[in-house]
Amino acid sequence: MDQIFRKFTLSFVTVVVLYVFINNILLPESFGFGLDSYYLTLIGKYLCFAILALALDAAWGYCGILSLGHGAFFALGGYAMGMYLMRQIGDRGVYGDPLLPDFMVFLNWTELPWFWTGFDQPWFAALMIILVPGLLAFFFGWFAFRSRVSGVYFSIITQALTYALMLAFFRNEMGFGGNNGLTDFKDVLGYPISSERTRASFMIVSGLTLILFLISTSWAMTTKFGRVLLAIRDSEDRTRFLGYRVESYKLSIFVLSATMAGIAGALYVPQIGIINPGEFSPLNSIEIVVWVAVGGRGSLYGAALGAVVVNLAKTYFTGAYPDAWLYFLGSLFVLSTIFMPRGIVGVFQDSLHWLVTEKSRYRGTSSP
Amino acid sequence: MVIQPCKFLFRALLALFSSATFAFEDGLTLSQSSWADKAEWIEILSRDTTDEAEQILKHWVSGHLFYWPAENRLVAGFKQGRKYELRELISGVAINVVKRKAVNKIKVNNKLRSKIKQALAYRSLSSSDASKRLTAIAELKRKPDYSLLHTLLRLEEANRDLKTSRDLQTLVGLVYLESSKSTEQIEGIKRLTDNLSSEAKEGLSRLLLREDISSDVRALGLRTIRDIEKQLSYWGHAQDIVFGISLGSILLLAAVGLAITFGVMGVINMAHGEFIMLGAYTTFVVQQIIPGGSATALFVSIPAAFIVAGVAGILLEKSVIRHLYGRPLETLLATVGVSLLLQQMVRSIFGPLNQAVTSPEILSGSLVVNAAFAITYNRVFVIIFAALVMVGLWLLMYRTPFGVRLRAVTMNRGMAASMGIRSQRMDALAFGLGSGVAGMAGVAISQLTNVGPNLGQAYIVDSFMVVVFGGVGNLFGTAIAAIGLGVATKIVEPIIGPVLAKIVILIFIILFIQRRPRGLFALRGRSVEE
Amino acid sequence: MFSNSRIKKRLSVVWLVISLLTLNSVSAADSIKVGVLHSLSGTMAISETTLKDTVLMMVDRQNEAGGLLGKQLEAVVVDPASNWPLFAEKTRELLEKERVDVIFGCWTSVSRKSVLPVIEELNGLLFYPVQYEGEESSKNVFYTGAAPNQQAIPAVDYLIGELGAERFVLAGTDYVYPRTTNKILENYLKDLGVADSDIMINYTPFGHSDWQTIVSDIKAFGSAGKKTAVVSTINGDANVPFYKELGNQGISAEDIPVIAFSVGEEELSGFDTGPLVGHLAAWNYFMSAEADINDDFIEAWHQFTGDDGRVTNDPMEATYIGFEMWVKAVEKAGTTDVDSVRPALYGTAVPNLTGGTAVMHTNHHLQKPVLIGEILEDGQFEIVSATAGEVIGDAWTNFLPDSAKIIADWTSPVSCGNYNLETQQCSGQNF
Repeated sequence: MDQIFRKFTLSFVTVVVLYVFINNILLPESFGFGLDSYYLTLIGKYLCFAILALALDAAWGYCGILSLGHGAFFALGGYAMGMYLMRQIGDRGVYGDPLLPDFMVFLNWTELPWFWTGFDQPWFAALMIILVPGLLAFFFGWFAFRSRVSGVYFSIITQALTYALMLAFFRNEMGFGGNNGLTDFKDVLGYPISSERTRASFMIVSGLTLILFLISTSWAMTTKFGRVLLAIRDSEDRTRFLGYRVESYKLSIFVLSATMAGIAGALYVPQIGIINPGEFSPLNSIEIVVWVAVGGRGSLYGAALGAVVVNLAKTYFTGAYPDAWLYFLGSLFVLSTIFMPRGIVGVFQDSLHWLVTEKSRYRGTSSP
Repeated sequence: MVIQPCKFLFRALLALFSSATFAFEDGLTLSQSSWADKAEWIEILSRDTTDEAEQILKHWVSGHLFYWPAENRLVAGFKQGRKYELRELISGVAINVVKRKAVNKIKVNNKLRSKIKQALAYRSLSSSDASKRLTAIAELKRKPDYSLLHTLLRLEEANRDLKTSRDLQTLVGLVYLESSKSTEQIEGIKRLTDNLSSEAKEGLSRLLLREDISSDVRALGLRTIRDIEKQLSYWGHAQDIVFGISLGSILLLAAVGLAITFGVMGVINMAHGEFIMLGAYTTFVVQQIIPGGSATALFVSIPAAFIVAGVAGILLEKSVIRHLYGRPLETLLATVGVSLLLQQMVRSIFGPLNQAVTSPEILSGSLVVNAAFAITYNRVFVIIFAALVMVGLWLLMYRTPFGVRLRAVTMNRGMAASMGIRSQRMDALAFGLGSGVAGMAGVAISQLTNVGPNLGQAYIVDSFMVVVFGGVGNLFGTAIAAIGLGVATKIVEPIIGPVLAKIVILIFIILFIQRRPRGLFALRGRSVEE
Repeated sequence: MFSNSRIKKRLSVVWLVISLLTLNSVSAADSIKVGVLHSLSGTMAISETTLKDTVLMMVDRQNEAGGLLGKQLEAVVVDPASNWPLFAEKTRELLEKERVDVIFGCWTSVSRKSVLPVIEELNGLLFYPVQYEGEESSKNVFYTGAAPNQQAIPAVDYLIGELGAERFVLAGTDYVYPRTTNKILENYLKDLGVADSDIMINYTPFGHSDWQTIVSDIKAFGSAGKKTAVVSTINGDANVPFYKELGNQGISAEDIPVIAFSVGEEELSGFDTGPLVGHLAAWNYFMSAEADINDDFIEAWHQFTGDDGRVTNDPMEATYIGFEMWVKAVEKAGTTDVDSVRPALYGTAVPNLTGGTAVMHTNHHLQKPVLIGEILEDGQFEIVSATAGEVIGDAWTNFLPDSAKIIADWTSPVSCGNYNLETQQCSGQNF
């Protein structure tokens, strides 16, 4: 049954990606079948969130590592991309300075801080998108897992981590644009960032990344590596006693998860047009967990589904019921944890199960 | 343009009739004059020793002086809804109620207010009421006036009251500093030695900025001010620690409810901040019912907030948490939803704006150890309140049958149930207790900060940090952690600023947990790790 | 594994909930749509909900007066929830899906910055009613709030001239509006001859609530022999615990006056202002302004909200002015098309609520009077100083060397929001 849903999700995403590719990229605009920019950015955003949820589920659903600070990795990847985009502005900024972004001119800085060097090269930026969240996860996880910090304690210190990063990035002296963040992007890889083709391309890339991660992570979970992760989730001590180096496994999946989150952030920023320290907010990270829980923890496609469903609900309700949307969202969270303990995926599975057993009962031998 | 000759004329007339009283006809001129001219009027009025002048000044400084064109005179006006009730200046007898447009307010600004207060203070110097004298001296200290020297010296001689004499001594010292004679300046500096008040420092600094003082005076002044600064810095550190204890007591109140629900019961309640908010709003509602900003309202709100938040907690437990026991992460998610619901509910009922919660009279003002070291009464209240709450909880947990039962259920649910303890009921009550304490925290917090729908969000992350740092499942640990974090923050803050201080504390907690994964005082709580 | 009945029960609840969600809103056929982009939840809801209500009130009034161009106005309200990326998304929704003809919205500079690329790309029209830091002039945005020269500079002039201040504490929240304002003020003060040691600049994070240390620093700084004043660019309701602490530590307005730029009637309405009497604020409008048109506005506001205790404030007046100007320009242009309305806006004059006139200039800023008010016991302001006439908003302040050489003028021949007079080039935002 799992297979059915996974194939369904994958095909759905592929169809959407293909549709956009054909209509927005291949065919000329006049054909009119392309999606307009509102939907392109919206779907692109959902896809990035789906990748993020997937990343969290890989660590949580399969290894039991609940990180309440994944928003930090997402935001770091986003900032790396943002820094690249800021460098691309060149002298088209408000103050016309060829090297320094506007907010630095405004702060009276005369030269680029050392950590901004290299970000004008796309390959360097791409490297940083992968390295920075990964390295942070590595150091944080190495200390944490080695000291056997687990369970709720681990979750709380990830909250502390993202909260500290938020406060740090809000400071204008840090050199990341402070509360205004990085914005006013002009183009990416030479293409204007707000043209429809670029938007469509990003949406497609996000979709493809999601598909790639889905397939590869699902496959990874069927290997020995994945089996050990499941074992660690179900009983960490026992796995350790069996001779496996639990800390290494946990660290690996945590770093992989953080890197995926960083890539999601990097794809998110050009589509949204701004990255600001609010992305580090502790509540954002908790929301990611809610997406995964609503979708179905432990089934990667379920996490992606949950991210899309919750954000779809948010988009809809903030537009249709601006004064009361929090009631709907709050109720959604509460009801889904009580009535859908295994998420939407669980509901589907139960429905199918019920259908199958009902059918078989009628066909069965028991007489009324 | 027209005012200048008028002013000159009036002055000339005044010079002729030196004891002329303030004529009502001048009300019109007064209401139309500029700030500079109003300042002149205040000079005139302050030299006028009649009762009338005093009443005019008093009403003027409090913003109740109006010119009434209909009867061409000055009256006192008090706002009643959209209208004004007019009263006689001196007798206070009510005259009429008129629309706002029917009267012209005689405006006052900071500078004028200061002048008027000085004038009124001068009058109260020789009052028979000791408290009035003290207020007058305090006011005069703000702007030491050399011309008052002889009056003050005479007063000092005649004075027999101890409290007044200390203040008078300072005031005379300040006035001496304004002199141009070195002997008097030195006398002034001597009087102000070891005086830690900001007026003394201000006065000495002002003296040192002058260019016409002799080198002896300058040397003495510098020495005295350096001395004062050293003492101030010593007291400043002490004050930082007390600020830290105050901050810690707030953290403690906010976190201890969470320590109970989270630590003792294994339930992660992300709506904890909203229970604090409910307590704060309860205070507001109680104040609406018992108006007058009295202490009674505050003391009634404490049990009221406990009940409101406690009942909300029990309801939450029975409807949501009960279904999710043994699954701490699901409770986290469900309670996130509940927190959104509660915020929106409060926003719908009370509106998104902040609500005004007033502090009762007895809590205003400060506990003053010396001029450099004072703590406001409302913070003292919060510290004492936090201590009482901790003592109460300890007694409850360790000296009552309820506490024994609760701890039993915590340690071994099955066994406790076998011994006849209704564990489900204990769960609800324990959750109610934790939430109720959060409600009481809301009462305390409402005295110190804004009361709005987002109140809870500011405390939830900090509460978690405190509980985890102190050791989950341990009330004593929570107390130590809260006070410790508060003091640490307040010691670090003057050095590196508030943002960096917060970041440093957070990094410290992260590193600390990695060294001691169970927190400061680790105790076995119920299945938090399982 | 599971009992059938339990599954059935769960499933039925789930499907019930889903079916309840299939509600859709109905939109009127032929109407002019007005977008309202203000946060109704989250940290900014406190300030922005009032502005949403103001726009709704203006829409109602206009409809009662016969609508616009023969059609009724319809307000389309969305909630960006104090979430900056959501602002951009909602703007796109308003412009592309709902096809609104104008948007009234935003409060924080970040929200405006997120909306900017969207509104320039889709050629929308935004009226921004809040005081801000300048350094911007977009083709698609009309700034009806104060620029720094319409608030900060006259405020400091009052402190020096009237109150004789010689030492200054510039206290702000750490974000772009206070930073820019403080930068401008620091330069301005130094130009006037104030020494470096007489200026103390201090930034706090958002939502900072424990002011004990900072207030005692201010107290120490203020007892150095010279009259000290505080210029507060602390954000919104963080001012409340700040003022409380000032009162607690015995600092009265006569000792160290505080003039704030983000404290208005609304921020004071949730607060006991007894200890604050005498502290100041600088705005272009106060509810206590004596003008008939102001009384009418307040009356209408009380009727609309059904609450006699509601206050009005400067951003509300700015919203009012923006709305009236837009209506006038649409009537003049005969259409709601943005490219026709924009030129029609230049030179449009509309009475403001303090008895003067507001005129829209070609740099997309208004001319406004600058009022200094002192806080009264009832949370209102006593106007203690007013500029003789109105001051024209300057998007690029003359007190920062980099900005002094830039002007904004969207009419030909310049046709640019940031035209550098020295290099004779237009740079920056889309044009």
